[in-house]
Amino acid sequence: MNILVCISQVPDTTTKVQVASDGISIDRTGVKFILNPYDEFALEEGLQLREKFGGTVTALTVGGETFKEILRTALAMGADKAILIKDEHKNDSYSVAFQISEIAKTMNPDVLMLGRQSIDYDSFAMAPMLAELLGLPSISMVSSLTIDGNLITAERDIEGGKEVLESSLPCVISAQKGLNNPRYPKLPDIMKAKSKPIEEIPSLSTDARISTMAMQLPISKRIGKVSGDSESEISDIVLALHEEAKVI
Amino acid sequence: MSFQPVDYYGVYNQLSDEERMVRESVADFVDSEVIPIIEKHYQDGTFPMDLVPKMAELGLFGITLPQEYGCAGANYTSYGLAMQELERGDSGIRSFASVQSSLVMFPIYSYANEDMKNKWLPKLAAGTAIGCFGLTEPDFGSNPSGMITNAKKIDGGYLLNGAKMWITNGSLANVAVVWAKYEGEICGFIVEKGMKGFSAPEMKGKHSLRASVTSELIFQDVEIPESHKLDVKGLKGPLSCLTQARYGIAWGAIGSAIGTYQSSLDYAKSRIQFDKPIASFQLVQDKLVWMLNEITKGQLICMQLGKLKDSGLMNPNQVSLAKRNNVDIAIQCARIARDIHGANGILQEYPIMRHSANLESVRTYEGTHDIHTLILGADITGIQAFK
Repeated sequence: MNILVCISQVPDTTTKVQVASDGISIDRTGVKFILNPYDEFALEEGLQLREKFGGTVTALTVGGETFKEILRTALAMGADKAILIKDEHKNDSYSVAFQISEIAKTMNPDVLMLGRQSIDYDSFAMAPMLAELLGLPSISMVSSLTIDGNLITAERDIEGGKEVLESSLPCVISAQKGLNNPRYPKLPDIMKAKSKPIEEIPSLSTDARISTMAMQLPISKRIGKVSGDSESEISDIVLALHEEAKVI
Repeated sequence: MSFQPVDYYGVYNQLSDEERMVRESVADFVDSEVIPIIEKHYQDGTFPMDLVPKMAELGLFGITLPQEYGCAGANYTSYGLAMQELERGDSGIRSFASVQSSLVMFPIYSYANEDMKNKWLPKLAAGTAIGCFGLTEPDFGSNPSGMITNAKKIDGGYLLNGAKMWITNGSLANVAVVWAKYEGEICGFIVEKGMKGFSAPEMKGKHSLRASVTSELIFQDVEIPESHKLDVKGLKGPLSCLTQARYGIAWGAIGSAIGTYQSSLDYAKSRIQFDKPIASFQLVQDKLVWMLNEITKGQLICMQLGKLKDSGLMNPNQVSLAKRNNVDIAIQCARIARDIHGANGILQEYPIMRHSANLESVRTYEGTHDIHTLILGADITGIQAFK
């Protein structure tokens, strides 16, 4: 089975995000970047499928030089090879999906696995876009997966229940939490990963379909004032609401 | 998302991809497999045997040895980082891995013949065999040269007599690397479980390292085949192993300090007294900053020591400084952490007292704090104070 797992690098979940001076991207100074947590489920599922059916697992990402770090992690977890499409990280799902689809066409994967979302921009768009560009079926947010011959059966969580869907291979699957327990890389595999290849492909430039115009942090909560309930204090509160907060 | 240790000077940003992944993998292992179960084992005074195959699968035994023996073939910085994360869990678990790797697999790899290497290293790496290291005796701790355990030549091998004490993993071990005097010189022997005259009763009643097995080793006319003798003579044999293990301890102690610091910081920010978090009081901030300060220094020592060791430039005295300093500050961190946690600090809900009590052993084993002081004193003055 030819399995392609698409992964992404995102800021560590505990990062206190700051907007960069350009106003349209995040300030990367001092930010630790990690493998997108949902992609760990996608990768683990890919590895389990290979263990069951044989074949190869290829990890692919679109990004800059620093994205090699997550490819190394994928190789250490057990991926057979890795591909880096060299393109600076940008918030345009279409251009990322387009570039992946162009490479995927040359690989003819049976299964394309992705995380349900990248926890940086949260567009949830990659799996369906990729499927559309490749003309393949797609099942999103899968929490359980079985493959029997050409038949793929997937369970997905929906509001208040579960849904069971069937499709045929090849297929694009996006992974939900709970699909599996991602393994941690074993030390000998971490060392072996060093000698596995990372293929670098230059950016297949496309026009972006969307551009980021502005990025803002949520307005932080303002500090309240402690007051009493005497007549004069109530008058002060009314005055403050009228003149300072301008809400009445 | 793996546990991220406090890193005030960005030391972990300097790690290679492999070193980073090793630390993260072991951190994940410790958080999911060690921390949830360790307190009960500590209270019960039992070693969590279930962890052995899991640690082996992760590749924690003989981390730096070649892959042909089933080991990871990683560098010493990776080994140090692994020990750091393990000891953030518990010193007893780190001790297990230290002994297996540095005190058993290392001497077998360095000094045993190829048959012995092929017999034991793959099993020790896979965790299907456990090893122990017999140097210390009831009457010879800091002064191992005085050991009484001895070997005499017999037909086809040696006859071993004597007793060892304070031996981590002793009662669990399938194989023991034992140091004994032969013709007036210290020599190493591989003793196997089941050899006639060899027994390893467990020592009970410890208030420290309770989740680790400590034993005596008793040898009464144990016949050791010729092929089991290690190819090294003199105190440098056991000391070369101890340098490996002490190196890991220097890192491990920082792991413990990181654990007690993190718990203290979290506690201080959430514990409310006088209507505000205790972290807002100057005395508490002073304590937290002291811990941060010492941990940062300890991390820098470890990182540099790792670089020296990986480039073959490290000398054992530098390990003495690292072990001495880092264990000392880790104990002080544990004590300060207990203070910050108030009465809660004595409860099993927090790791503080366990670390504190464990580190009392760590301070003494593998060269006591004072002996390391005198090693350094001898190195800088040229005068040995302990002879």
